[in-house]
Amino acid sequence: MARVHLETIRKIYPNGFEAVTPTSFDIPDGEFVVLVGPSGCGKSTLLRMIAGLEDITEGTLSIGDRVVNGVDPADRDIAMVFQNYALYPHMTVRRNIAYGLQNRKIDKATIEQKVQEAATMLNLTEYLDRKPAQLSGGQRQRVAMGRAIVRDPALFLFDEPLSNLDAKLRNQMRIEIKALQRRLGVTSIYVTHDQVEAMTMADRIIVMNGGKVEQIGTPHEVYHNPASTFVASFMGAPPMNLLEARFEDGMVRINGGTPVMPAPAARTGNVTLGIRPEDVRIDDAGDIPFHVDLVEELGAHRLLHGQLGDQTFSIHAMKDEPAPQGATRLSLIPDNICLFDSETGKRI
Amino acid sequence: MKSAGFTTRWLPILLLVPQLSIIAIFFYWPAIYAMQSSFYLQDPFGFGSTFVGLENYSSLLSSSEYMKVTRFTVVFTALVTFFSLALALLLAVKADNVLRGAKTYRTLLMWVYAVAPPVAGFIGVMMFNQSWGPLTELARSIGWDFKLGVNFNDTASAMILVSVWKQVPVNFIFFLSGLQSIPKSVREAALIDNRSSFGRFWDVTFPLLAPTGFFLLIINITYSLFDTFGVIDTMVKGEPGNNPMTLVYKVYVDGFRGNDLGGSSAQSVILMVLVLALTIFQFRLVERRIHYT
Repeated sequence: MARVHLETIRKIYPNGFEAVTPTSFDIPDGEFVVLVGPSGCGKSTLLRMIAGLEDITEGTLSIGDRVVNGVDPADRDIAMVFQNYALYPHMTVRRNIAYGLQNRKIDKATIEQKVQEAATMLNLTEYLDRKPAQLSGGQRQRVAMGRAIVRDPALFLFDEPLSNLDAKLRNQMRIEIKALQRRLGVTSIYVTHDQVEAMTMADRIIVMNGGKVEQIGTPHEVYHNPASTFVASFMGAPPMNLLEARFEDGMVRINGGTPVMPAPAARTGNVTLGIRPEDVRIDDAGDIPFHVDLVEELGAHRLLHGQLGDQTFSIHAMKDEPAPQGATRLSLIPDNICLFDSETGKRI
Repeated sequence: MKSAGFTTRWLPILLLVPQLSIIAIFFYWPAIYAMQSSFYLQDPFGFGSTFVGLENYSSLLSSSEYMKVTRFTVVFTALVTFFSLALALLLAVKADNVLRGAKTYRTLLMWVYAVAPPVAGFIGVMMFNQSWGPLTELARSIGWDFKLGVNFNDTASAMILVSVWKQVPVNFIFFLSGLQSIPKSVREAALIDNRSSFGRFWDVTFPLLAPTGFFLLIINITYSLFDTFGVIDTMVKGEPGNNPMTLVYKVYVDGFRGNDLGGSSAQSVILMVLVLALTIFQFRLVERRIHYT
């Protein structure tokens, strides 16, 4: 177990493409950190640099108190779970799990004991003598987990480990991985493009976009206080509503003049107003006209999609709240409004 | 499962005739003819033949010369197969790691594939030319008085060298594509599990190459036994007497140079049985131990 420290880590590929711009953060011992972002945002590159599978162009990476920039992956005291499991197809489950230990001069009895423990923990005991080809996707995923667990590493790395599983199994494994990590207390870095996985599993989320870190924070912070319009629209399903607004006469006005909240001091011009769909109420006495085009029924709640002026807008309504179709009115909860600079997208 | 049948009996037969006749004319008929003539002693001038039963076989098996050729064939096949596979694997592993100019490098390594066996043999003869062959001079510089076509071992070494050189590119192509079909993440997982690159190769890469290797083993044994004819022919042409030759080349020498059709046919039959046995052995025993992904 260890703390991980990244100091201005940067990745430039030989073709000149800068996949990761200088990035620094610190992961305390035992924390579960999720790197989330769209495809190509550099999250996997960052993880692979931490694993040692990619060279670090610039910067310093330390795991524990050791700088590991030039250290072989096998000597970094890490274990990694790959997206497509990366099991050795010619080895039995037992050998797959034990292989990393066999190469570290650990005596046979200890290895066998560790394999048994891991197999019990992951319900794999009866499959130990099978080959990976004879297992289901979920079982293979468990073997990959087992391979990581037995190593007792300082750091777990997960590279989209659940994306090859079906939705039901994914939900189940999500909980299992999180519970396992809690129990073992191993510092973990988990890469995913799925914001639900990020929200549910992380102690802290690192949102990345275009090779840059957009925000680092707890799931609660990232969701409720997004640092930029990118984070606001990436986290949450449906995403935060973003409306073009103006500062006028000391008020923030949307929809060509409707005031929604007092403006922060000395601000004029354009601004982007963000509000989560659940912070909006259908309110006949409200002063914002809204036209509902489509209602998505989700059982416990409904999503109302439509037009606010000429901008698309979504509302989250609980199952016993009204869900009108067509023209209606709504009101916003001013305390939950986020304002972003309309040029840079950064939070004001 | 429902199968669609022919309404008439003669149509399927008619459709099969071209294929069957090719097999019959070019494979079964010569094979049967060889088996038949292996029981006869032929007049060298073709005036007649006498039935001699198994005499052709027994004289072959008691012939010390035939045994010598057999021994040489076994050694030749083993060495050519081993070195072709080993060198090709080494080159493929190295080429797989090349990042810059990979295509050029690979193309250069595959080039020799296009050289026909007799041409390869002829290049070998020139390289080992007694008076100006560069390889002869190289051998001389390390104190090896190389005499192609005179010294049995020297000629054998040259044959093996040229045969290996000719076969390496084929194996290289297969090994390289085999290596590239190993999932990248499996290799990366091994990178984390094992710090020794040699260990990773033996534990992960090599077993995953086994299907390719097994296929190439059969191809290479067949190559060494049969397709090296052109190389051997150019190298020993004119004086087969004391020179090394393989069983296949001896069939040709005895049958067409020595006009001993009966003895030559008996040798062919023995080769046929040998190849059959080898194939059955390989598929039954070796294939079962190999993991196919």
